[in-house]
Amino acid sequence: MNWYGIIAIWRFEMARFFRSIIQSIVSPVVSTSLYFVVFGAAIGSRIPEVEGVSYGAFIVPGLIMLSVLQQAIQNAAFGIYFPKFIGTIFEVLSAPLSAFEIVIGYVGAAAVKALMIGLIILVTSFFFVDITIAYPFWMIAFLILTCVSFAMLGFILGIWAKSFEQLNLVPLLVVTPLVFLGGSFYSISMLPPVWQTISLFNPVLYLVSGFRWSFFGMADVPVVASLVAVFGFTALCMGIVWWIFRTGYRLKS
Amino acid sequence: MAAIVKVDNVRKTYEGGFEALKGVSLDIEEGEILALLGPNGAGKTTLISTICGITVPTSGAITVGEFDVENDYREARRLIGLVPQEINLEPFEHVQNTVRLSRGLFGKARNDAIVESVLRDLSLWDKRASKIVALSGGMKRRVLIAKALAHEPRVLFLDEPTAGVDVELRKDMWTLVERLREEGVTIILTTHYIEEAEAIADRIGVINNGEILLVEKKDALMARMGQKEMRIELAEPLDAIPEALSGYNLQRAENGCRLIYTYDTAAERTGITRLLNDLQASGLVLRDMQTSQSSLEDIFVGLVRESA
Repeated sequence: MNWYGIIAIWRFEMARFFRSIIQSIVSPVVSTSLYFVVFGAAIGSRIPEVEGVSYGAFIVPGLIMLSVLQQAIQNAAFGIYFPKFIGTIFEVLSAPLSAFEIVIGYVGAAAVKALMIGLIILVTSFFFVDITIAYPFWMIAFLILTCVSFAMLGFILGIWAKSFEQLNLVPLLVVTPLVFLGGSFYSISMLPPVWQTISLFNPVLYLVSGFRWSFFGMADVPVVASLVAVFGFTALCMGIVWWIFRTGYRLKS
Repeated sequence: MAAIVKVDNVRKTYEGGFEALKGVSLDIEEGEILALLGPNGAGKTTLISTICGITVPTSGAITVGEFDVENDYREARRLIGLVPQEINLEPFEHVQNTVRLSRGLFGKARNDAIVESVLRDLSLWDKRASKIVALSGGMKRRVLIAKALAHEPRVLFLDEPTAGVDVELRKDMWTLVERLREEGVTIILTTHYIEEAEAIADRIGVINNGEILLVEKKDALMARMGQKEMRIELAEPLDAIPEALSGYNLQRAENGCRLIYTYDTAAERTGITRLLNDLQASGLVLRDMQTSQSSLEDIFVGLVRESA
């Protein structure tokens, strides 16, 4: 293993994160606080408890997931797209690094950034609502797996994208709707039966549900289904990344 | 001397059918400076990219330091430094950090002393904390070279290092290349500036349409292919070359005020003495005379034209 190479990529990516510290950390904190003010305090005060949990607390796992998914995808996608765009990718491709090592560097950095933001939002939420975490181990496990798998999705997106427009299109048109429709702000039991069934096809539902279970011990879908979904998604992304490097798709001519 | 880079019958066909390399074979000797000359689109950059692992060859084999660039890519690539043609740099990174990144990518532990020495060699030490976006074009090119040297490569590829660079920096680079060679680094440079190849290369390779036309020691090449010209300025213009001189390879120029005699320096007899005698016998009065050797540029243009 070329550990120095992996660390070099990881450090370089983290440096980008800290260079734009306001955009990286302050903006998710501010936007999450606004969600708490609007949904938790203003609207939430008029919404009854959801299965024994106050609405303000109920949305915490969904809010964390919303930011973590967006950040993991954005950071990883930009991390690999930008070197492609400005041409510095040649250096990584000509370095003695295996595909696996390149992925660990880029995806690892994006996942750590997303994880940090997830934890910051969690800490922020303590200032707004009363929450206890029923299964801390599983909470962290779900968070890490989500960070890694969606950072990998972002990496794939960054390699696929040929323009900044394409780079922003998928998070905007696919991921955000899936998160909003994935039970981030409600339990799917609140939906009409038809929409409940449709929701079951949304992969994000399984993530949010499993994550919420680790907080409150309640879930829209069985926890095992959530775990299978997260592992399945991670495996699928790994498979695609493996194929990209094997074929050199949009990386090497 | 042993070959450090061996390119054996390498072909590269891009998607769409364009054949950029048509069976290139080339041995690059350890410690030499090889200049690859060729017009735009000749295949110079494709050849370099293929050796460095950025482009995958369609067929053929390449070894660097006896390591296959595909099967033993880690060992092979550790030996190589690449300065690309385009100025590809992360604009918002600092000079020193980007050089450290390069060293790390190539599997070397952080070593600030080496990074400092590379930056000093390239007159970049004062700029180490500057953002790349704030540097001039020439400085950015130096940063590219610093990055390529950060992991102490044994083989350095310079893909048109002096394109768009001012005279002073070009001379600085030649000095640097000379110093690297003294340290035992093998250098392959592609260039459009034939004077550059003429000034610093040990061997010259000419590539056109994806084929190597020749690889030869610079001096031998110039001696073998070099033709000399003698320009004879006449006191009175000539309307035509006199019958007595028709046996010589003479051309009229400047409305008959000048005669140009082309001869081969390697030939046993150049024919100059006989020509001068015959000129005198024809009653021509000479005002001046000068000789010049054809440059590498003329040789290059001739070769490329022949192969086209």
